[in-house]
Amino acid sequence: MNDLSNVIEITTATHPGMVRSHNEDSISADAATGLAVLADGMGGYNAGEVASGIAVAMISAELKKALAAANGELDAAAVERLVGEHAVRANNAIFQAAQNQAQYAGMGTTLVVALWHDNSLVVGHIGDSRLYRFRDNKLEQVTRDHSLLQEQIDSGLITKAQARHSQNKNLVTRAVGIDPEVETEVHSYPVQAGDIYLLCSDGLNDMVTDEDMELTLASLQANLPLAAAQLVQQANDNGGRDNVSVILARVLKSFPARSGLVDRLKSWFR
Amino acid sequence: MAKLILSLEGSMIREVALDKERIMIGRKPSNEIQIENLAVSGEHACIVTILNDSFLEDMGSTNGTLVNGNPIKKHILQNNDVIEIGKYKLKYVAEAPAAGHGNEDFEKTMILRAPSKAAAAAPKPANEPAPPPKPSTPPPTPRSVPPPAKPAEPAPASASVPAPAPAAVAPAKPADAQPLAAVQILSGPSAGKELDLVKNLTTLGKPGLQVAVITRRPQGYFITHVEGAKFPIINGKMIDAQAQPLQDHDVIELAGVKMEFFVKQ
Repeated sequence: MNDLSNVIEITTATHPGMVRSHNEDSISADAATGLAVLADGMGGYNAGEVASGIAVAMISAELKKALAAANGELDAAAVERLVGEHAVRANNAIFQAAQNQAQYAGMGTTLVVALWHDNSLVVGHIGDSRLYRFRDNKLEQVTRDHSLLQEQIDSGLITKAQARHSQNKNLVTRAVGIDPEVETEVHSYPVQAGDIYLLCSDGLNDMVTDEDMELTLASLQANLPLAAAQLVQQANDNGGRDNVSVILARVLKSFPARSGLVDRLKSWFR
Repeated sequence: MAKLILSLEGSMIREVALDKERIMIGRKPSNEIQIENLAVSGEHACIVTILNDSFLEDMGSTNGTLVNGNPIKKHILQNNDVIEIGKYKLKYVAEAPAAGHGNEDFEKTMILRAPSKAAAAAPKPANEPAPPPKPSTPPPTPRSVPPPAKPAEPAPASASVPAPAPAAVAPAKPADAQPLAAVQILSGPSAGKELDLVKNLTTLGKPGLQVAVITRRPQGYFITHVEGAKFPIINGKMIDAQAQPLQDHDVIELAGVKMEFFVKQ
């Protein structure tokens, strides 16, 4: 397996916000594997943390293992399949736990998984946690929420501008662990050196406009940990109504999965 | 339950609860809210209500529909919006938040599930000119999160249908409450130049060499080191990696250039 720790710089930040007493978000990031996972749990008492915790722990550990076992011999379609498969396993685990233990009844979580592999990024998501791409000083939302609001926007009922004032922001139409089956939306995207990817829970994008996120990344791209801290701080300055989590990942150079001896020599001298 | 208060020239005519998904307003008797006035079209406007949101749409009326004085085609109603149709006014009053309801559940993420994969028509107005939703997407129906395995156990409090929420909260801009501040360059080729700190973040310095950022927050203005081996110097003292609050007339030294921070009135 390729070690990507010299290729991808990852930084994370998470905060319970200004209103909630505990943090139901879970995050995990590993530059060597090129993997970032973020989940925003829901459910009473501490069930939200349990659900998001199971999802993040299972997916990051199992994906890492699967990738190591494959030893880099995976094409894009196989990686996409892997991401979908492990989201389904996490779904089963959370669903079973919720069925078997009364205090976890009804727990669930949103999920966004980013896996950098062979010069592309495989993104899997369920619910309203998002992935954005910052390229050429422009921030672009890559994932599309599985939420009532997004469906209303898609159907033309309301515009994106009006959506900021909707009271139905917090209703997701898909989540991990709620039903015995779940469908993961998985896509891959070509990656360019210099790209910065942002994974976040809705505690960020509900409190901070896309324009302010873009300005923050444009101003502070030289210092990713500061940019992440600044994003969380802005969400809290604007009210911090929800837990807020941020993963920022910068791609430093290209990362082909396999390279012949000549390529390897070339990259050695580069 | 949200409602409309219909009035004409300041006197109230009646209250209409938005208890149906779709309420038509017009001159014809088939409308839920009938207004018998020639300035009103047969089918003038309609209001579609989905959970806590109500959407007003003009149905291609002759004389148009105004909300708070502005003509609209489609509008998402906010508490106390005033809809004008001809000489009639309809005030939209969102439901009051349930008393004693803890703020804890407010805005918590909740799941909505379709009752079955093959679902009925989507809740959207007829004559909808916009493209239809993705065919595979069944309309969500509000519903509580799955029943607990053992029916004896009550579901957790947050597993209920969406609680009535107070007025929608758009991301606030509390920073606007800050007085405008600026930095003035004191040395170097741009001496005398002034830079207003109008954005929430303003970066200063030379990229690659030394950069700092001034952030505008509800608590005031702060300066933080971004990149470079050297940290900014404030009033002759080098700051550390932490954000440093700025006071009126602080002198900042950055990448060999001196500048003064000051608050404009």
